[in-house]
Amino acid sequence: MIISVASGKGGTGKTTVAVNLALSLNNVQLLDCDVEEPNCHIFIKPIFKNKNTVFIPIPQVDQTKCDGCGYCQEVCAYNAIAVINKEVLIFPELCHGCGSCAYFCPHDAIKEENEEIGVVEIGRKGEIQFIHGKLNIGKMTAPPIIRAVKKYINKKKTVIIDVPPGTSCPVITAIKDTDFVILVTEPTPFGLNDLSLAVEVVRKLGIPFGVIINRSDLGNKKIDEYCTSEHIPILMRIPFSKKIAEIYSRGDSIVEVLPEYREKFQRLFTKIKQGKN
Amino acid sequence: MKQIVIISGKGGTGKTVIAGAFAALARDKVMADCDVDAADLHLLLDPEIKELHVFRSGVTAFTHKERCEDCGVCKTVCRFEAVREDFTIDPISCEGCGFCSFACPQKAIEMKANTSGKWFISETRFGPLVHAKLDIAEENSGKLVSLVRQKAKEIAEEKNYRWVIIDGSPGIGCPVIASITGVDCAVIVTEPTLSGLHDAERVIDVTKYFNVPAKVIINKYDLNCDMTEKIEHWFKDKNTQILGKIVFDKAVVESVVEGKTIIEYSDNQVTKTLRNIWELLQEELEKEQINLKE
Repeated sequence: MIISVASGKGGTGKTTVAVNLALSLNNVQLLDCDVEEPNCHIFIKPIFKNKNTVFIPIPQVDQTKCDGCGYCQEVCAYNAIAVINKEVLIFPELCHGCGSCAYFCPHDAIKEENEEIGVVEIGRKGEIQFIHGKLNIGKMTAPPIIRAVKKYINKKKTVIIDVPPGTSCPVITAIKDTDFVILVTEPTPFGLNDLSLAVEVVRKLGIPFGVIINRSDLGNKKIDEYCTSEHIPILMRIPFSKKIAEIYSRGDSIVEVLPEYREKFQRLFTKIKQGKN
Repeated sequence: MKQIVIISGKGGTGKTVIAGAFAALARDKVMADCDVDAADLHLLLDPEIKELHVFRSGVTAFTHKERCEDCGVCKTVCRFEAVREDFTIDPISCEGCGFCSFACPQKAIEMKANTSGKWFISETRFGPLVHAKLDIAEENSGKLVSLVRQKAKEIAEEKNYRWVIIDGSPGIGCPVIASITGVDCAVIVTEPTLSGLHDAERVIDVTKYFNVPAKVIINKYDLNCDMTEKIEHWFKDKNTQILGKIVFDKAVVESVVEGKTIIEYSDNQVTKTLRNIWELLQEELEKEQINLKE
């Protein structure tokens, strides 16, 4: 079973839920797909054994073969190619690596060369197989790295995916093809607004989901009302505690310091499995 | 006119609360909410929408099955796993490159224009706000961010305003890069946690990469004073100025629930610190301007 942990709003506790759920289960894989700002490793402290570079293919023009016909510019949907005075200019930061320019060039003058955009690291901590991706500084496109991380999914294990905040392409790439989505929110107007956006995304993808309310005793009751009226199950509530905030701040996990939480996360997992069936 | 963007790397450190406070404190400014996939600033500023525009961007493939002969070329060329087994298109995975459409021997695949979002020019009790809403599961948030910034800048120029204050998004990728390039100062909001520091380090590297001057605010600093000290040292070593440290106060959550900026809601320590931070930031940016003139 693949469970993704998402939220819309940042800083609601995705990583906390993903890490502590992973630490409470057996035979588990934890994938950190927040490749812009990966944090799970801070709490898991894995030993990394392998590292793979992620590339996207960027076109290179062989000037000796190019006659400046401009067909590559015509097929490029991203304005990543401009042909000026029969000279081809490539703008790699706009390129999505679709490959159509190389395929359609009538003179076979375009080759694709790999450009590094990030890395995937694979490691282990006790029972947990841990994989995360990291986008290189200054690079724009997270989805190819997320796809590279998800290639390691082992369906024989319980797979937990930490998803980036937001509602756009990196989030979709991370959530797609998972069996259940946990949406972590907080009871504030910001939390509610971003939760309702995240709900729209998950509904559009047609994946079953439920909500965890973090810092559940701060703020107001609007999240409860929203979930009731939308028939969304509330899977768990985590009250605000300075103790938990402090455990988090120094990079420790809740279940290791407060063992009673282990059972709570195991119950969460049981609920999700039951809800799925 | 100067542009200030508020970013953090990590989400939930307090960007929008601080952007709201700056909105209340700054005079002669335009606000821009560039967190276009989960915009929240409007919840504090209660905008009255004056102009609504549709943001169109990109195209999505569509297979006309009546013309399709199931040859499968489209599936072979697509690198985004967007062509299904029956050669129809999964619009969510499609990146609109058009490769399938060009390659299809039957010309059975049409590229249809997307509506990817809306953007608004609004009036608020603190002045104009430019904001946007990206449609669910759409891409090109970077382009929408650039558009929002451009409009905010135009309004500021037209009205001869001094500031454009930009609420940014979490992360370091495409929308963040679009929100920071060419600004006069990036204010990085961090918190005293290992994750906060780790993410601030990465976002600082992004500001350096794009040559954007950065300054730091440590929010909720008393949640872990040892970590705060560590973060202060780390930024000092990097020659990055710390504008101030804000205490944790439940009144901030209450102000958000009330739909008010913290400046309006309370005259507590948080408000006092934010007033000092804004004064300092203004002075620093004006000083830099004088230095440039010299």
